[in-house]
Parts: sequence; C-alpha cells; structure tokens
Amino acid sequence: MGWQKKILRVNLTEGTCISEPLDMGWANEYLGQRGLATKYLVEEVDPKVDPLSPENKLIFATGPLTGTPASTGARYSVITKGALTGAIACSNSGGYFGAELKFAGWDMIIFEGCAEKPVYLYINDDQAELLPADDLWGKSVWETDEILHRVHQDPQLRISAIGRAGEKGVLYACIVNDLHRAAGRSGVGAVMGSKNLKAVAVRGTKGVRVADPERFLKVVAEKKQVLAENAVTGQGLPAYGTQVLMNVINELGALPTRNARDVQFEGASRISGEAMHEPRGSEQKPNLVTNQACFGCTIACGRISRIDKGHYTVVNRPEYWGASGGLEYENAWSLGADCGVEDLDALTWANFVCNEQGLDPISFGATLAAAMELYETGVITDEDTGGIALKFGSAEALTSMVQQVANGEGFGRELALGSRRLCEKYGHPELSMTVKGQEFPAYDPRGIQGMGLTYATSNRGACHLRSYTVSSEVLGIPEKTDPLVTDGKPALVKAFQDVTATVDASGLCLFSTFAWSLEDIQPQIDAACEGDWSLDRLLEMGERIWNLERQFNIAAGFTGKDDRLPKRLVSEPVKSGPAKGLVNQLDKMLPEYYQLRGWDEGGVPREETLERLGL
Amino acid sequence: MRHVIVGRGPAGVVAAETLRAHDRASEVLLIGDEPGPAYSRMAIPYLLARQIREEGTWLRHDTTHFERQRVGQLETRVEALNAESKTLALANGTTLDYDRLLLATGSSPVDPPIEGVDLPRVHHCWTLEDAHHIMESAEAGSRVVLMGAGFIGCIIMEALKLRGVRLTVVEAGDRMVPRMMDQVAGNLIKQWCIDQGIEVCTSTRITRIEPGDEGLWLHCEPGEPMQADLVVVATGVRPNVGFLQESGVEIGNGIRVDAHQRSSVDDVYAAGDVCEGASWQGGRGVHAIQPMAVETARVAALNMVGREATHVGSLDMNVLDTLGLISVSYGQWMGVEGGDSASLLDERSGRYVKLRFDGDHLIGGITLGITEHVGALRGLIQSRRHLGVWKKHLMENPTRFMEAWVSTVP
Amino acid sequence: MYRSLSIDPDKCTGCLQCEMACSYEYEGVFNPAHSRIKVFTFHQEGRFVPYTCTQCADAWCQHACPVDAIRVDAETGAKEIKENLCVGCKVCTIACPFGTVNYNHDRGKVLKCDLCGGDPACARACPTQAITYVDGDWAGYEKMRAWAARTDNATHA
Ligand SMILES: Cc1cc2nc3c(=O)[nH]c(=O)nc-3n(C[C@H](O)[C@H](O)[C@H](O)COP(=O)(O)OP(=O)(O)OC[C@H]3O[C@@H](n4cnc5c(N)ncnc54)[C@H](O)[C@@H]3O)c2cc1C
Ligand code: SF4
Ligand code: SF4
Repeated sequence: MGWQKKILRVNLTEGTCISEPLDMGWANEYLGQRGLATKYLVEEVDPKVDPLSPENKLIFATGPLTGTPASTGARYSVITKGALTGAIACSNSGGYFGAELKFAGWDMIIFEGCAEKPVYLYINDDQAELLPADDLWGKSVWETDEILHRVHQDPQLRISAIGRAGEKGVLYACIVNDLHRAAGRSGVGAVMGSKNLKAVAVRGTKGVRVADPERFLKVVAEKKQVLAENAVTGQGLPAYGTQVLMNVINELGALPTRNARDVQFEGASRISGEAMHEPRGSEQKPNLVTNQACFGCTIACGRISRIDKGHYTVVNRPEYWGASGGLEYENAWSLGADCGVEDLDALTWANFVCNEQGLDPISFGATLAAAMELYETGVITDEDTGGIALKFGSAEALTSMVQQVANGEGFGRELALGSRRLCEKYGHPELSMTVKGQEFPAYDPRGIQGMGLTYATSNRGACHLRSYTVSSEVLGIPEKTDPLVTDGKPALVKAFQDVTATVDASGLCLFSTFAWSLEDIQPQIDAACEGDWSLDRLLEMGERIWNLERQFNIAAGFTGKDDRLPKRLVSEPVKSGPAKGLVNQLDKMLPEYYQLRGWDEGGVPREETLERLGL
Repeated sequence: MRHVIVGRGPAGVVAAETLRAHDRASEVLLIGDEPGPAYSRMAIPYLLARQIREEGTWLRHDTTHFERQRVGQLETRVEALNAESKTLALANGTTLDYDRLLLATGSSPVDPPIEGVDLPRVHHCWTLEDAHHIMESAEAGSRVVLMGAGFIGCIIMEALKLRGVRLTVVEAGDRMVPRMMDQVAGNLIKQWCIDQGIEVCTSTRITRIEPGDEGLWLHCEPGEPMQADLVVVATGVRPNVGFLQESGVEIGNGIRVDAHQRSSVDDVYAAGDVCEGASWQGGRGVHAIQPMAVETARVAALNMVGREATHVGSLDMNVLDTLGLISVSYGQWMGVEGGDSASLLDERSGRYVKLRFDGDHLIGGITLGITEHVGALRGLIQSRRHLGVWKKHLMENPTRFMEAWVSTVP
Repeated sequence: MYRSLSIDPDKCTGCLQCEMACSYEYEGVFNPAHSRIKVFTFHQEGRFVPYTCTQCADAWCQHACPVDAIRVDAETGAKEIKENLCVGCKVCTIACPFGTVNYNHDRGKVLKCDLCGGDPACARACPTQAITYVDGDWAGYEKMRAWAARTDNATHA
C-alpha cells in the first residue's frame, strides 16, 4: 500500500476520464511520483514531440508517502516534456493538493490530447469529469480558486490551476496549487495551457492506507523528532524559510547578481530572511506574517507575507493587502539580486503576481536580468520596452514587467520567451544564464563549484533541486566539502542526483534531507509500501530514474554538448569575495562524472549501464 | 415538595432529570399515557426502516435509569387540571396533588377533514402504536400513499421507501417541505425523490378515501383516483391541550408561556411541543421540534427548582434526510424585509445554500447536500454575532459559514 | 477537574498532522475528511485555527439526541457518540452551535471529538504544541465557552 493503485487517464480530445490500475510492475521499479510518472511518459510519449502539441502528455503524480503522516509527505510533481526546455520536465510542488488527490483515491492523472474548448477537471473521489472552463479562461489562479470553491460549494476543495501566463503560452508558466505553491519550472504551465486545461479541482474523502501502520507510525514519529532536533529543519527553516541562505550565500560570494555579472549583492541584507522579520514601511510591521507548512510537514518553511499598505505597488489595490505566499530564497534572488532590486515590498509584490498569474519567478527574474543587461549595453532600447527603463536596480521595471508578461502585453511578450530565446533574438546568446534553455537559480557555480556540474547535467535544465550540493559545500550536510575546489564533486553530484530522484519518487520533500539521510527515509518507505525496500534497492532506483530521464533527453535530441554552462561562468573570473579570480571548472568535472555514471565520452549511457539498471 | 410532569416524551424526561440534578430532595413524578418505557417519536422512522428495534427508540436505555434518579413513573392519562386545588384528575379515577406542575403533553396529529380517514389501513405515523400498524401493512411491493410532504411526512417517506414499498406522495402545497424549504430547495428535493423512484404529486389534494375490493381508492384533485394498500397521513399536528379546558390555563396556539416557561397560572409550567412561547426572531409560536422541546424543558425545570433561567426564544431548525439528500433549515430562511440574501445553487450535484441576513447579522439559512459544520449556522444566528467583514465574504460565498464562525475564536 | 484540549492558533502551521492522527485513531486510515478536529485557514490573515468540540458542560448535542446516544465519559468528561445507539438522525449536527458534529455518509452515523479516552491523538501529533491536552481550563477555552453561553437558550444558573 502507500499507493492507491489507481490512475486517472483523462483524454482531453475525447473528453473522457477513465480509471486504470496502476502498473505495479513499474511501481516496484520506480516507486512513484517523479520516477513512476517518467516511466509512463517514456513509454507513452515520443520524445521528439513538440511540447505544446496534443501529442505531449501532462502527468500529475503523487508518491506512496504523499498524504501520509510521514513528515513532508505533501508532494506531487508534474511530469511532461518541458515547454521551456524541450527536455523532460518534472516540477515538484507542496501545499495540500497532492495529498487531496491521493485521498480521492488516485496516484496520478495522465492528461493526453487537447480539449477543443477550455475545460477543468473536477474530481470528487471516484467521480471525475471534465467541465467547461470558458468562464475561467482569462482569470488568474486566485480568481479561479475562488470561483471553483464557490461553484462546487465546497470550502475543502483543493485546486491546482494555471493563470493567464499558462493560457498565453509564456514559456516558463507554472502550475499553482493552493494559491501559492507551484510546480514551477520548465514551463509545465504552458503545456497545460496548450491543452486548454485550466484547472484541476479535487476533493478526497477515501483516505490513504499504509502496508504496516504500526511500524510506519513508530518510525515516522522517530524521524519527525530528527527533524525537530536538527538546527536547519528545526530552527533555521521555520524561522527564516529558505531565505536563511541570502546572507550566507552572499558572504560566500556565490550570489549571482545583475545577471551574474557580480557574485555579491550590496542590497542582500535588505532582502534577506532576517529583513523579512524587521518592522518597516508606513505600518511598521514586518513583511513576514507567519510560516506555513505544507500538508503533513513538521518543518514549515513556507513564508506568508504582507506588503506594506503604503507601498506603491498596492496603493488603491486592496486585493493585494492580505497575506499570501512570500519570498523564498530563489525568488528573492531572481527578482532581487539578479535584477539588482533591493525593495523588499516590490519583490514580494512581483512574487504575488507570479503566483497569481502562474509564472515561474526564477525564470522570469533571470530573463528580466538578461534583458536588463541587454538594455544597459544598448542592445535593447526604450523603443523596444515601450519607454520603460530596464535598469538594474529598478523596482518599477520589475513590477511593470511582471505584469506585462502575465498579461501578454508590450515587452512582456518578449520576456515571455525566456532568457535563451530572448538573448538569441537580440544576438547575444552568451548573455543568457541558462542550461538546456532553463535559467539557473541562486547559486553562482564559480563560488560553489559543484553547482556548475549540477546545472550542466541536470536533466530538466539548470536547476538546484536535482543535486543540491550546496548542502555539502556550504552547510556541511552530510559532510563539509570545499566549495572552491572540484575534487570529489563528480561523485558528490552523482550521489546527490540519485538520492534526490529517490526522495522525489517517494512523495517527500527534498528539504527533509537537510536532516534526513536516505537511511532515515528508507524505513518510512519500507513500512508504507508492500515489498522489501532496502537501501540498495532505493539507491539503484534513483540511478535508474536518472538514466531513464537522460535517455528521454537523448532521444529528444540532446547530447553531451548540451551539458554546458553559460560562457560567463567558465570564462569571466569572479570579481569579489572568497571566490575572487575563479571561474567554474566544469571541464575538470564532466569527464569524470560521465565515467562515474557509466556513460561514454559523449554523455550517452553505455549498454552495460543500462543493462545493470534494467533499462 | 412534589414536582409532577405530565408527558413522558423528550421534554418530560429531560425536565425530570434536570429537576433531580438541581434538587436532590423533592419528589419527581412523570405521568404519561403511552404504554412501555419512555420513547422518542423521532426514532420511529428508523424502526420502520428496520434499522433499530423497539429498544432503540427508548429515550433512556438503562432500564433502572429513572429508578436510580428517583423519578417516579405513572402510566395513566391526566383528564383535568384544577389549578386552585393544585390537583390533577387521572384516568384511573384518582386525583393527585402537586406543588409544581410541568405540562409536557406534546401534540397529536390532526385528521384532514375528508371522508374515509377513519377507515382501516389509514394511519398516522406519530406513536409507536401507529408504527406497529404501519409495519403490518407496509410490506415490500405494497402500494402506499403518503398524504402530506411536510417535514414529518418526508422523514417517514425515506423509512417507507427502505421497506421496499411502492410509494406515492401527495402534497397539497406547491413543493415538498414548504415550511422548511424554499421553492428552489423544495423542488430539488422533489426531483431527487422522483429520481429515487417515488411518485410525487404536489399541488394535489386527496378529497375522499373509499374502501375497495383490492385496497383503498383515493380520489384526488386534480388527477385520477389511485389505489393503495395503506395510507399514511401526515398533514399536521396540534398541541394536546384538551384536558386543560376548565383549568384557567391560557391557551393560544398552545399553552402560553413566558420566558421562564411559566403558564398564566401559578406553579404551572409548560415545555415542548405543547407550549406556545417566544420565538427567537420575536413574536410567539409553537415550535414542535425535538431540540426546542428539550431546551424549553430544561428552562422550565430550572425555574421550578427556583433557579432563574430564561429562554431566549425558540429557533426553528430542521435537518432532513430524503433518501440520501440532506437538507437543513434554520430560523428565518424566508428572510426579512430589507435584509440581504446570498445563495448558490448547483443543480447537477444537488447542492444549495442560502443565507439570510438582517443588517450584518445572520438570521436564517437553508443548505442542501452539505453535512459538514452546519451547526455553526446556529452559532452565528444565536450568538447574534456581528459579521463585520464576514458579511461580505458570506455574500460572495455563503458556503464559508464555518470559517465565519471560527474566525472570531479568541 | 477534567483536562481539556487547549488550542493556540498562533502556533499552528497548518500541517494537518492532527487531522491525520485523528482520522487514523478512529478509522485506521489517514483521512482528514473524517477528522474530528479541523484546521481552518484564514489565508488573508496568515492564520490557521484548529477547531473541535469544546465538550460543553451542558451539551446541546447531548440534550438534543432523541435516543440517548451521546454520553458523558465519567473519566474525561467527553461527550461521546455511542455508535450502536446512534440512529443517524443528525439532530445533534444542527443543535451543536459550534458546528463540530458532522455526519458521515459511509457509516450513517455522526462523528465528534471524544478526547480519545484521555490521550488525544491530535495533541500527540501536533509538532508545534498548538494543540495540547492540559489540566483544568485554559483561558482561551473559557472564552469559547463564553461564546457558547451567549448561544445558549438558557442562562446557566
Ligand atoms: C415520525 C416523527 C419524526 C420526527 N422527527 C423529528 C426530527 O427529525 N426532528 C425534530 O426536531 N423533531 C422531530 N419530530 C418531532 C419530535 O418528535 C417532537 O418535537 C418531540 O417529540 C416533542 O417532544 P414533547 O416531549 O414535547 O412531546 P411528545 O414527544 O409528543 O411527548 C408527549 C407525551 O405526552 C403524552 N400525553 C399527552 N397528553 C397526555 C395526558 N393528558 N396525560 C398523560 N400523557 C399525555 C403523549 O402521549 C406523549 O407520550 C418527529 C416526530 C415524529 C412523529
Ligand atoms: S459537540 Fe457541540 S454541543 Fe456537543 S459538547 Fe461539543 S461543542 Fe458542545
Ligand atoms: S445523529 Fe445519532 S448521536 Fe446525533 S442526535 Fe441523532 S441519534 Fe443522537
């Protein structure tokens, strides 16, 4: 158990919703969520399809621990071929939606085809139906949430939706659930929009069972204690959220600033987790209202923030006066440091709009940062921007552009392409801080070497959540490694990648691994699921998932040449901080990494590797 | 001191227990004219539906309960009250003195003024005795006509259906449960019942019942005559006040009581279905529902033992389960002049909610298909809570009533 | 004096561990939909409020029950549903002004908090001590009772 052993197949072209048994053979090899859904995608979708075509499929998948008391067991992922990258996309989200889907009796939903007119999926336990969404089309995520709660007269309905960005095909549109939790990256929202699917609304009253409840509850209680006693998960994250990192990474000289021209931001302390606690503005209240947990999470790193009523972004706009999802570290970085903006309320507002309209704030901020650099070097002019000065540090540029992108207006239409396409269009591909078309997040690989290899080899394009070596290189978890050297990093990256794939497949949150090793997670999976889930089996499974994703990408046309970092990171030495004078030495790490992975020099998995993994 | 209670329904029983709880010494005597242990009428439908046995209808399950409480029980009818001499004339020929008297005699069904209601196989559904009659005739497949689709009628309907009978419901009003539900909800319930295989004729009167060779013939207006093996009559009730005619106790629609449940005569109190007291929304009325029966009984008993307690007025509230469709109504669901109203209807799923406001107070509401936290509507109404910003939220989405209630938790 | 559930909304993070624990205690399934304690989210205020039965001294639900199916546990003072007696009439669900008795379609019975016989699973599961089981009355709880008194039809003497 742990699984509901049932998947919902929704054919949008035909308008049908069909229940299917979960393929338990695959579940035994890929566990759930990221792993299992990737298996379904690989089996059912030609990797060469246009991501925005009806032939692409969109999978919402939970893991066996989703919707159980295992701490952080809230997660679901959206798996598809990414609109931004053309690579496999797997965007993970918390909140309550995933657990609710599970409670309704489903492990995953596979959407295929494309609806003729806008629709949304309504699930009430076994009953699943596609309903017309003409009235919802054009509405924001927040409006959609409100309307669906009203229409179905169910305050306990959980909703996942796209905003205007997804409808308009912004290539980094995300899918937002529970108002401000998002399956954020790679443009999964654009895929959803291309299918004319506005939202999924679910209510579940069936509940979840586990294989050995007594053993499960015992080990779950023990492991919750581990999280509570750990300094990061027990104190740092609840108090400051991921924003605990802003000052730390800045001091380390690894905070990409102004499109990664710099690695330290003079305004960092003003947009940090600490700053969110300081009274400010006309109301003299802190930005942070409270922390919030996702379903079942005993860490509670989520930020709930309010914008000062006197701030220019909200004057006469009461709809933004209430509290909502606040800044996480990555967003504070992308909207803040990367654009050089240090106005905390402006960042918070831009972040609200990203949630409201379904934009990935990392890609949006990084794309705007690239545009700002193009503007400052004179490539982009006032004529292009409609008179808005895209200067680094301009809060107004940030807040007007986020709206333009969401509404598909003005220069926002250019920014909607993402950094790579934008920079190519203006003739400066080297200014795009992307890998495989996806903007990299808040760690400069010149100051944290392992992150260079992480970005370069990430299957979904540049991303920190595929092997978060920051844990080791900065925080010393599980053990400290030197962020400025490359020695040992290929092995570190591989190990992190495999473990992360396993954690994702289980339905737990990656942040639990600040305190938990796989040794802590394994007994929870083993008690929840039938069968014998040993550590070795789980590790091998992580590696299998990684290779399966890689195979999808290779079949989609990616090669080792795409395991590259932007030129700036490997050729422009850092100007300040501990990493001063350094570039990222990807060259030194990549061949060793391929070798450790059992891949050839071109980055293609060797026969014997695939065979060993049963692929 | 001797406390005498007439009527062994829920009001009488709760009053007896309350008296005993606050007065260890006095004598407490419960008189009732129905045989067997004190039972609850409300449980009859579940007996008909074979979900419980007769013991399941008992108000108290421990057979020694009243003994242990030192509450005396007398199975007889009270024929008359002499308030001057403070005595009761009993059907067994004796008289009984009291110091304080509670009248909790409930109500009885009224016969519609038509020919044939006294025929065999035409029954009310009010007492256990009635229930036994019905159970004798309502077998799987038999043709049953239910006269009246009011609250009680609808409750019995489900039970009859569960017995597997072929059921026809005839209601004179233009919808089902007209006194509890508005047009929208009443019609949704009707459609639901039709979908469950019940024949429903609204705006239809039965004008005459005739015996025939194969059961009874019912003449309808409008419509063709129909045949039935059993007719169940649920066309309204009337307080049991007949025995009070010479007593001097003031009677309106029921025994008139003040906020302390005192009648017009010293040391005589009334509670439950039989009394006409203050209504929550102002004015007076008979509120023949279980929760109000026990609440008025508690107030009466407290006053009888000299503890000042006031009843702030009876709030109408009903919950009904018509073959799985659950409906609730509270207070002034029909609204007041100048008051706001908010409603949501989803015909597809059979969900409906309607709230009525007076200024920024909630005064009544209806829900259909909602089973969670409905009691909070009562909380909001009876605490007379100022809704403040929640008025706006509820106007936009009236399903958020529980949040409105919880929002003010300290 | 009975012990009571003390609820401190300021400490609640909305993780719903309590709802899972409650439903498991009763149904052997993790199923918040059938939890007797519910966390309400006030998104605009960033507030999470766990809410359940206050175990009123004079309980509306208990008085309203026509078949004596709600009993007071002598040890804990909890008002408990006796499922074998409950006929599922739902009168208690409309009589309780706190909205804390819910009807369960699947079983045809009602659900309400019964303090788990004196060791409430929700309090055990809560990671932030937003829900605790404490000796005697807690001030906030008294305030809730005060609301109750205002809703009462009788002034308690
Ligand atoms: C089938 C059915 C379903 C119902 N369902 C609901 C429901 O779902 N919800 C709800 O709120 N209400 C319901 N009711 C109504 C509810 O049962 C009454 O409101 C409640 O019984 C009133 O209690 P009471 O004690 O005032 O009167 P009763 O229960 O009527 O008790 C009065 C008793 O006094 C006796 N008596 C009368 N006159 C004399 C006399 N002169 N001498 C001695 N004894 C006398 C009567 O015989 C009776 O036993 C239902 C009723 C019925 C019949
Ligand atoms: S369920 Fe309601 S009426 Fe009953 S004890 Fe709890 S709060 Fe009081
Ligand atoms: S639903 Fe059950 S517990 Fe509630 S009043 Fe009816 S019989 Fe009593």
